[in-house]
Amino acid sequence: MSGADLKVSAAEEENVTSNLIDSLYVFMLAAFLGFEVIRHVSPLLHTPLMSLTNALDAIAVVGAIVLVGEHKSTLATVLGTIAIVAAMSNVVGGFLITDRMLKMFKISKPKKP
Amino acid sequence: MTAQINQTLIEVAYLVASALFILALKWLSAPSTARRGVRAGEVGMVLAIGGTLLYQGIVDYTWILMALVLGSIIGVPLGLVHMTAVPQRTALSHACGALCVSLVGTAEYYLRAPHVPPFTMAVLSMEVILGSLTFTGSLMATGKLQEVLPQRPITYKGQNFVNLSLLALAVIAAVILVRHPERTSLFPLLIGIPLVFGVMMIIPIGGADMPTVISLLNSYAGLSAAAMGFVLDNKMLIIAGALDGSSGFILSVIMSKAMNRSFTNVLFGAFGQVQPSAVAGEEARTVHTATPEEAASIMAASNSVVIVPGYGMAVAQAQHKVKELFDALSKRGVDVKFAIHPVAGRMPGHMNVLLAEADIPYDKLMDMDAINPEFPETDVALVIGANDVTNPAAREDKSSPIYGMPILNVDKARTVMVIKRSMSPGFAGIDNPLYYLDNTLMVFGDAKAVVGDIVRSLAGGGN
Repeated sequence: MSGADLKVSAAEEENVTSNLIDSLYVFMLAAFLGFEVIRHVSPLLHTPLMSLTNALDAIAVVGAIVLVGEHKSTLATVLGTIAIVAAMSNVVGGFLITDRMLKMFKISKPKKP
Repeated sequence: MTAQINQTLIEVAYLVASALFILALKWLSAPSTARRGVRAGEVGMVLAIGGTLLYQGIVDYTWILMALVLGSIIGVPLGLVHMTAVPQRTALSHACGALCVSLVGTAEYYLRAPHVPPFTMAVLSMEVILGSLTFTGSLMATGKLQEVLPQRPITYKGQNFVNLSLLALAVIAAVILVRHPERTSLFPLLIGIPLVFGVMMIIPIGGADMPTVISLLNSYAGLSAAAMGFVLDNKMLIIAGALDGSSGFILSVIMSKAMNRSFTNVLFGAFGQVQPSAVAGEEARTVHTATPEEAASIMAASNSVVIVPGYGMAVAQAQHKVKELFDALSKRGVDVKFAIHPVAGRMPGHMNVLLAEADIPYDKLMDMDAINPEFPETDVALVIGANDVTNPAAREDKSSPIYGMPILNVDKARTVMVIKRSMSPGFAGIDNPLYYLDNTLMVFGDAKAVVGDIVRSLAGGGN
């Protein structure tokens, strides 16, 4: 019985490790991609850039949703609910203000003859 | 069977969302496509959240839906704040993001303990430590920017030692937990110590360093979200976190470079000490002053004017008056441009947003590198509420604390006009020799009032 348990947990451990390596690759590639993409953002748009990445970062809300939905413990549900509220305010507020800012950026009108 | 289909759907939704997030940032790189970027981000977000709601493990939707609605309701006013409040709003949103991440991390630990594999425990510790310190650090930054907390840096002896010790303690607790995840009594240390550290970290930071610090907190928020992705084995979260983390990192590097300082210098070397030595020589030097009317007639007679806005313009909310000045001068055929220093204001890009709000076309807003060669051919450089970023001491005076910082070379212009409340040194307490130059005219008064007077005088016709 305990032998089988051990085997399962060893297999699990291996699984966890290979997932982690995959995840590390994803992180590394995404970080390089981020550097490349963001390096080309005009300084003009640095404020909208920060508010947009903030809104995107609030995608952490999916972790909180799963946590609350699974209802595994009261603590998890309470913490998760607060987490959803916090992240969701970032999603809505972040997209809203980024769009408001970008709407204001206008190029000069062609000179009238 | 449906469970499997749902799981596949979720994975595909996450994959598409990740691609949309990357596209969102790519499109944001130019003003012409930027709004498309926001749309892409929104679609990605809806897909990701919608996909997650399909997850079979969810047994109860009540709390989820309530929290989603409540969060959205709170988000609307946060998205509608006045443009001058954008820096504090941004800091506050870093705090919200970090709060979410640390709460989820905490819950995950208590659900999984005592069976937490070492690597998972390590990233979980990182998630909670970064999340907690970003939470209080960002709240402190919000308080300073909103001016509910004193903006001057607060320093004391041994500050760096205290801060580093705190951080070291948190790391030690994390290391013990990695080896012994069953010691649940240690976990509160991973939250508590960084919460204190976040406060201590921001206490010595002055307002002029806020652009760097906000960027750094942005980076931390992103990294903590990426760490959460590792814990939950969620690739989309890792990608979003890595994008946010690298964005914050790049911005902090740009900001630090623009101040000729390293990260560690910003974090560990409070800037605000006024050096008393500078005051001594001040009395002997003469200052030339001008009235708004005189300033108006000089500008009316010039061919080119470069306006240099700073935090003072934001504080006085003078951007709309500046737009009137821009219009009045343009109508007279004067070529008007704006010179924007990367660290002008309280966050990256702060001035650009304010001027855009005032309807000033963005092709008139010039970066430091683009405008500096033009100053020698400029008739009038008009400095509105900017100080350190125009200080020639940064170029010439090796003893100046800001020596080496790249500045806008306004002193090279034929005439420099500085709108300022009084002669008191700026935020960083550094004397500015620009004010004593022979080609400098000081126009004293509130930025909004003075610019208003200049506009009126220009409209009055008298050349």
